[in-house]
Amino acid sequence: MTTGDNELMIEFLLGHINYWLFVVLMMTGLYIVIVRGNYVKKIVGLNIFQTAVFMFYISIGKITGGTAPIFPTDSQGRIRPDPDIVYSNPLPHVLILTAIVVGIATTALGLALIVRIREEYNTIEEDDVLEIETKLAEQENRIHGFGPGGGA
Amino acid sequence: MRHHLILRVITKILVGPIILYGLYVQFHGDFSPGGGFQAGVIIAVAFTLYGIVFGLRAVYAVLPPWVVHRLMALGLLIYAGVGILNMLSGYEFLNYGAFAPNHPSHGQHLGILWVETGVGITVTGVMIAVFYAFAGRPPRMGDDDW
Amino acid sequence: MAETIINVVLFSMLVLTALALVRMERLFTIVMLAGVFSLLAAMLFVTLDAVDVAFTEAAVGAGVSTVLYLGTIALTARGCKPSVRPSTVPLLVCIITGAVLIWGTLDMPNFGDAEAPAEVHVAQYYLTESVKEIDVPNVVTSILASYRGFDTLGEVAVIFAAGVGVLLIISRMPGQGRRKDKEDS
Repeated sequence: MTTGDNELMIEFLLGHINYWLFVVLMMTGLYIVIVRGNYVKKIVGLNIFQTAVFMFYISIGKITGGTAPIFPTDSQGRIRPDPDIVYSNPLPHVLILTAIVVGIATTALGLALIVRIREEYNTIEEDDVLEIETKLAEQENRIHGFGPGGGA
Repeated sequence: MRHHLILRVITKILVGPIILYGLYVQFHGDFSPGGGFQAGVIIAVAFTLYGIVFGLRAVYAVLPPWVVHRLMALGLLIYAGVGILNMLSGYEFLNYGAFAPNHPSHGQHLGILWVETGVGITVTGVMIAVFYAFAGRPPRMGDDDW
Repeated sequence: MAETIINVVLFSMLVLTALALVRMERLFTIVMLAGVFSLLAAMLFVTLDAVDVAFTEAAVGAGVSTVLYLGTIALTARGCKPSVRPSTVPLLVCIITGAVLIWGTLDMPNFGDAEAPAEVHVAQYYLTESVKEIDVPNVVTSILASYRGFDTLGEVAVIFAAGVGVLLIISRMPGQGRRKDKEDS
């Protein structure tokens, strides 16, 4: 391998390590959602998953040597455009900015459901809820029979 | 929280500046990072802090739940209303041209100001309403159980 | 180069925080670590030039969502049961999905590439034309409220709908006698 190959390799690694770390982050979130039975922890896992997607979008918008997309102004507040400044892509920022606030609103909805689940089942573990549900379904089946319409 | 004297005094000092900062973020969003979404969350945090430290009854006296519930809808109505107003004046929905027909960028400034105000009001309303909803349920754990 | 190092270090800390969250059992610790996670994410957003997003993440992730999580814990339970489920199959699923995703990133343009497809299309129009058309220094604001105003209207409607949903599920309004009777019995 020559020095040129090595440099290309390092450039490729540095150019993609953000995307790989975001995949690790995303899979950590997914793993928490699948494996852990606690509903609050599932929501935290979903938030990690969500943040990984945000990171991916913002990483795409970044330009090396760029700066935040806000134009310089003079003392009167008028814009003084400077063609030498490189700006990062503002479009992903807009999409993610709104997505974060929508994310907290939907998280609140999920947490509200958890509170109601605790009041009905007196537990916030998915396994316990499923057990109670199965028992209830068996009782109903014993009363109404297993036929269509009666089975739960 | 009746016995936490320092928390109570610091909260009293902080609530005003937090709301002021929220308003700065709201109306300076054209020139610096910020805007309706961030401002709404910051203003809601001020009321949340007040509610946590002084209790729900105190914060209900400042901002009753029925006001918050109407704020939620008001912001969305302001936003959509700006769009409808433009349509009635013969422009496209959310074009903002109607605010200053002879000077397009002034119309844009006014349109952005109103739209961001609407966003800020809705986000403030929703965040405070969600906090009220969670804090209003009878708690299962006492203060010492943590 | 310094920017790259800061970026990679912060991102690694973020991943480590997420990995530490996997095995924790006390919900209070989990919520506090989720707050740390959000603050780290906000710092990373600043290094990636997304100052508006960092602002939002710091206010929302470390502020409001922590309060909501703590409120939920106070209403439900403190700990979570140690997992009894078999974890090999989920682990395998995650590793395979991750491997496929990483395989997909190999074709992507380098991080920070100014010639990448995402940079040359509509973003350049916003950066050059918004000075004349909107005359607002913060490009994020002019896209959010003007170019993509209809999009933002939809987002505000979603937030409103989520807020109404929370109120319908757990709010206790005065005059709701029927529900109160049911819970007392």
